[in-house]
Amino acid sequence: METILAQILTGLSIASILLLVALGLAIIYGTTGVINLAHGEFVMIGAYTAWALQTYVGVGLIESLVVIFFTVALFGWIIEKTVIRHLYRRPLDTILATWGIGVMAQQAIRLAVGGELRYVQMPSAMSSSVSILGIEISAFRLFILALSAVIFGFTWYLMYRTSIGMKLRAISQDREIASCFGIQSKRIYGLTFAYGAGLAGLAGALVSPLKSVSPEMGTTYVVDAFMVVVLGGVESLIGTVASSVILGELTGFLAFYSNDTLAKVLVFLAIVVLIRFRPQGLFAAKVRS
Amino acid sequence: MKLGRRKFIKGTVAAGAVTAAGFPHIWIKDSSLAYAAGGEIKVGVLFSLTGTTAIVEESLHKATILAIEEVNAAGGINGMQIKPIVEDPASDPATFAEKARKLVLGDRCVSVFGSYTSASRKAVLPVFEKRKNLYFYPTLYEGRECSKNVIYTGAVPNQQQDEFVPWLIEKFGKRWSLIGSNYIYPKEENNYCKKLLAQYGAEVIREEYVPLGHSEFSSVVNKFRSEKPDVIFSTVVGDSVVALHRQYRAGGLDPEKMPMASLTTSENEVAAMGGDAAAGHFTSAPYFMVYDSPENQKFVEAYRSRWGGDKVTHFVSEPSYFQVHLFKQAVEKLGAGDISPKTIREAIKGEEMIAPQGKVRIEPENLHTYLWPKIGQCQSDGQFKMLKTTSEWLEPVPYKAYPNQTCTESGLKES
Repeated sequence: METILAQILTGLSIASILLLVALGLAIIYGTTGVINLAHGEFVMIGAYTAWALQTYVGVGLIESLVVIFFTVALFGWIIEKTVIRHLYRRPLDTILATWGIGVMAQQAIRLAVGGELRYVQMPSAMSSSVSILGIEISAFRLFILALSAVIFGFTWYLMYRTSIGMKLRAISQDREIASCFGIQSKRIYGLTFAYGAGLAGLAGALVSPLKSVSPEMGTTYVVDAFMVVVLGGVESLIGTVASSVILGELTGFLAFYSNDTLAKVLVFLAIVVLIRFRPQGLFAAKVRS
Repeated sequence: MKLGRRKFIKGTVAAGAVTAAGFPHIWIKDSSLAYAAGGEIKVGVLFSLTGTTAIVEESLHKATILAIEEVNAAGGINGMQIKPIVEDPASDPATFAEKARKLVLGDRCVSVFGSYTSASRKAVLPVFEKRKNLYFYPTLYEGRECSKNVIYTGAVPNQQQDEFVPWLIEKFGKRWSLIGSNYIYPKEENNYCKKLLAQYGAEVIREEYVPLGHSEFSSVVNKFRSEKPDVIFSTVVGDSVVALHRQYRAGGLDPEKMPMASLTTSENEVAAMGGDAAAGHFTSAPYFMVYDSPENQKFVEAYRSRWGGDKVTHFVSEPSYFQVHLFKQAVEKLGAGDISPKTIREAIKGEEMIAPQGKVRIEPENLHTYLWPKIGQCQSDGQFKMLKTTSEWLEPVPYKAYPNQTCTESGLKES
């Protein structure tokens, strides 16, 4: 029983990391229709910002989260204004362009600070484990779990309870009609991209004390994030959460009862089968194309 | 036909010109003199400077270049300078093969120093065997290879495990959990480990492999927690090592009760995971940065002054460094006209030198290296504490797990 409970908690912890990474991707894709292959590099830049702030400025991880969010958001905004903006009517080209940006970001980081693995310290108050209902779990993982719930709540509020969110949803439903009502889609697109990038940056900063920081770290995350978005269905925030939880728990349990290699194969297989029969994902919102 | 005086002179001059200009040309091309032309000896340096394994290979590249610069600064080899031709194979085995071909055929390098992963070594092997060139491979690896065209200066399984496994059994116990990345190296190491464990009456309660580059170890940590193995034998590689250690620590497991015993955790990985996550775990390797010897002191100082004061040396960068010096010793014994991959191979057999880790020697039959395995425990300052050094250097036996196979001078022998 305890093992199962521990595994459920572990699955939730995996899910929270997946959600953090995928949320930004889902928002960008849902709104602008851009398949952002540089999303993993936003994650990576977030982790490197955390490292730089800690190493050169001496700020701890928690204190620097806000700065990291705005730094990576700014980076995303610049990318949108300089590159993506010109490609909205050429969706295939955005794939190539964002992939290219990703490669450039990796090499830029490598040239600037070197290719070594970098170390981001875990906040010392959370560096050990805590016991809940007799189950030992890493305090820092619990913190990520809680924070990702908060971030999700905030995003939901932003999308459904503010005027900017309403404009954003209007654009994603029909850009032309929304423009007719005076919504400046250019501005909204820029902000969406920045917000999505900022979320990815936060994700990178938060996973950096548990995993490793290297120029290539983004590539694995972007694959996982796409799995979440494909399974959950685009343009659906609830779908993103649900599919994060499904994938997290599934991966956790399969890895526990078999091993991680097999878990990965089975999860991929399940997703392939699913999109064969439900290409729009589990929770697709109905949108006019 | 009458041979006129004028015609005769013309003919001899022409023939003379051919002899003077033409023949030596042909002669140079056929002999090995071309390998040491113009007071230079060209060697290839083939480590990835970009891509996934660049993280480690960059340090191997730096150690190699440092050693070449040292040899050149000290007057070169019999007055000839070593000229490194650097290529970046970008962590991709196919590119490794292509660049190796370029170095061997295009640049006519007499030897090439390179590779970190087994996959890249396997990819370049056909090039060196077909062109009868020589490859210097610095990484510890899974053994089970017997090539006449590779000099192996890293450890093979028997060198890392023969002392390590019984020591761990005695200290911690007989219930072992084996975890590795999912490819050939961890599988071969575990294969040998299981033989040793059976021999000492220990049991394997779990053997598990995670995908390469895996970074989510929470389920693995849960398994450790519920099964409580005495020793976790880890052959996880690359950035996965960092993730595993950090999540083990964050999960509240105790290295004093179930330490991780690794063949792949070096100063490099420890720097990335932080001393607190690494502290208390064990590594077996022929070299640690803290090893106290004048040669090592010199190596560490030279490395840091060349590449930066925060850089670490580790058990793969050290062989990258000493194998260049071994190469130099071998070539030194040859006349300038005799330098060729084949003569270097013959000259390097049985060659000895005092490396940073101790006195090493190339085994003449299998071209692997006699090394000094040590056991280190990681400390919270990110360095290892040396607990044990072998009293004798250990012979490399690349086929130790396969008793009916031996690597000899004439190739692999089956009995």
